[in-house]
Amino acid sequence: MNETEKQTAAKPDTAPIIEVNSMHKWYGDFHVLSDINLKVALGERIVICGPSGSGKSTLIRCINRLEEHQRGQIIVNGTELTNDIKNIEKVRAEVGMVFQHFNLFPHLTILENLTLGPIWVRKTPKKDADEMAMMYLEKVHIAEQALKFPGQLSGGQQQRVAIARSLCMKPEVMLFDEPTSALDPEMIKEVLDVMIDLAEEGMTMLVVTHEMGFAKSVADRVMFMDEGQVVEENNPHDFFDNPQNERTKLFLSQIL
Amino acid sequence: MSAPNTTPTREYLKPPVTEVGVLGWLHGNLFNTWYNSVLTILFAVVLWQVVPPFISWAFIDSVWNTPSEACRDIEGACWSIIPQNISFIIFGFFPDGEQWRPGSAMLILLGLVFFSKNSNHWKKSLGVYWLIGLIVMGTLMYGGVFGMQVVETAQWSGLPLTFMLSFFGMVAAYPLGVLLALGRQSKMPAIKTLCVVYIEMIRGVPLISLLFMSSIMFPLFLPEGITIDKVLRAQVAIILFTAAYIAEVVRGGLQAMSRGQFEAADSLGLNYNQTMRLIILPQALKIVIPPSLGILLSAFKDTSLVVIIALYDVLKTTKVTLSNPKWTGYSTEAYIFLAILYFICCYAMSSYSRKLEKSLHTGR
Repeated sequence: MNETEKQTAAKPDTAPIIEVNSMHKWYGDFHVLSDINLKVALGERIVICGPSGSGKSTLIRCINRLEEHQRGQIIVNGTELTNDIKNIEKVRAEVGMVFQHFNLFPHLTILENLTLGPIWVRKTPKKDADEMAMMYLEKVHIAEQALKFPGQLSGGQQQRVAIARSLCMKPEVMLFDEPTSALDPEMIKEVLDVMIDLAEEGMTMLVVTHEMGFAKSVADRVMFMDEGQVVEENNPHDFFDNPQNERTKLFLSQIL
Repeated sequence: MSAPNTTPTREYLKPPVTEVGVLGWLHGNLFNTWYNSVLTILFAVVLWQVVPPFISWAFIDSVWNTPSEACRDIEGACWSIIPQNISFIIFGFFPDGEQWRPGSAMLILLGLVFFSKNSNHWKKSLGVYWLIGLIVMGTLMYGGVFGMQVVETAQWSGLPLTFMLSFFGMVAAYPLGVLLALGRQSKMPAIKTLCVVYIEMIRGVPLISLLFMSSIMFPLFLPEGITIDKVLRAQVAIILFTAAYIAEVVRGGLQAMSRGQFEAADSLGLNYNQTMRLIILPQALKIVIPPSLGILLSAFKDTSLVVIIALYDVLKTTKVTLSNPKWTGYSTEAYIFLAILYFICCYAMSSYSRKLEKSLHTGR
């Protein structure tokens, strides 16, 4: 997708689907995230990059409360994330997450992996859940593996199943935590293709990744994080061709 | 083109006799080095000294079902002690005419257990069958209706008592152990402390002392006139004891679970109960099938300790048979029989556990 064809589905005048206000997080005494401010509109695709230890994974894990923040506000689709477990579960059902190491459930078949969430969280009847699961498996081009177990699939196949599993919950937002970092080069493409399809359909996505090609072709915004802070944020064209900050320039020179 | 010299015919030789077949195996495994050869010869001498005398004692010179007097004159094993006393060894103090009752109760229990092994039968109807079966078993053992003589629980003895104590012990201890393990992982300090104290205290004492306490100390704390059935007290002691060990084994399985499984379950929006029931416990319990089986086998054999509180399990009934002057001196035969009995039961459990592991294997 080049610049002219890319649809900017973002509608800046409507309420943001994710709002992070002055968020700080500490691990004990270590100040891992510092004064994070972020507004994500519905339909926006954001790529977060940065060196390891910069806090990018921690940031997105705070958004579905896999990590707790100590100061500031995180509001997802109108619900603020606090210690209230009901709010947390409500947010988690609307936010899908794809992990670096897939985290499929090895004792269940692929189909059961997908239908578990809808059946037990959304109380979908089994038949409807099965139908929906098969539809999403078709979408990620892996329908023929429905009755296999995760241990029998390759890494790229497992990650596509993981994406389909999150989609079955019909989330408003999808978070991707380095989805292709554990994959061989041949498999990276098949997963990125699925993610590009998702983006083209208008899914709101926050992607932590080192795949700069993906960022250039799909992202609405690229954020660079270093040492717990958002150092630079821009549209992909300006981000890659005209980085403002010295640290950004250093990072880009190392990976491009 | 057609050469007048023919290629020499190839000789198909036989391989050397000491390298193939039985001799080859012997040469390669038993006599391949000098120390292996020495060990082989030593073992052969030991076997020569031990096995033929045992075979002639156990099978050739033995008698199988004669009155006790005939045993005095023979050199071999007196296996007759078993058939002649079998109804006491198996059924203990159950009145003579009523022994079909514990026999049927045991058969019903074994039948239900075998029926439950087949996972195709795991439907709601299975629960109904068990409920009916338990009621029937209880009625058969206790009596009092349909003209059956009442047999107090203190008289329940022999193999039915062993099976009952171990079966209900295992079935109740397992869920209790799982709850204790989950409680020990809890973030709530009261629950965690309670579970830790329970587990460490129970594991710190032998089962015998728990049986002693249940039988002798516990009644002292009860109000006047209230007694709790002795078999029930022994059963509870066995359950509490086994549960503590199961708890630690399950805790090991829980620790082996990767954090990613918890995070994946959380990110789908599953709550604590759903996460444990659907994701974590199925995997953790599968991992710890081998050590769990070990604990259950111990529980089965530890039922023999109830002799300390004057309950007569199958080990004690065998010993009582030996104290009969007619049959004293044939303890070897009696204990070999008992060992075979325990072995058959334990082997059955063990081979079921292996089949279970195999059927749950999902190709990692």
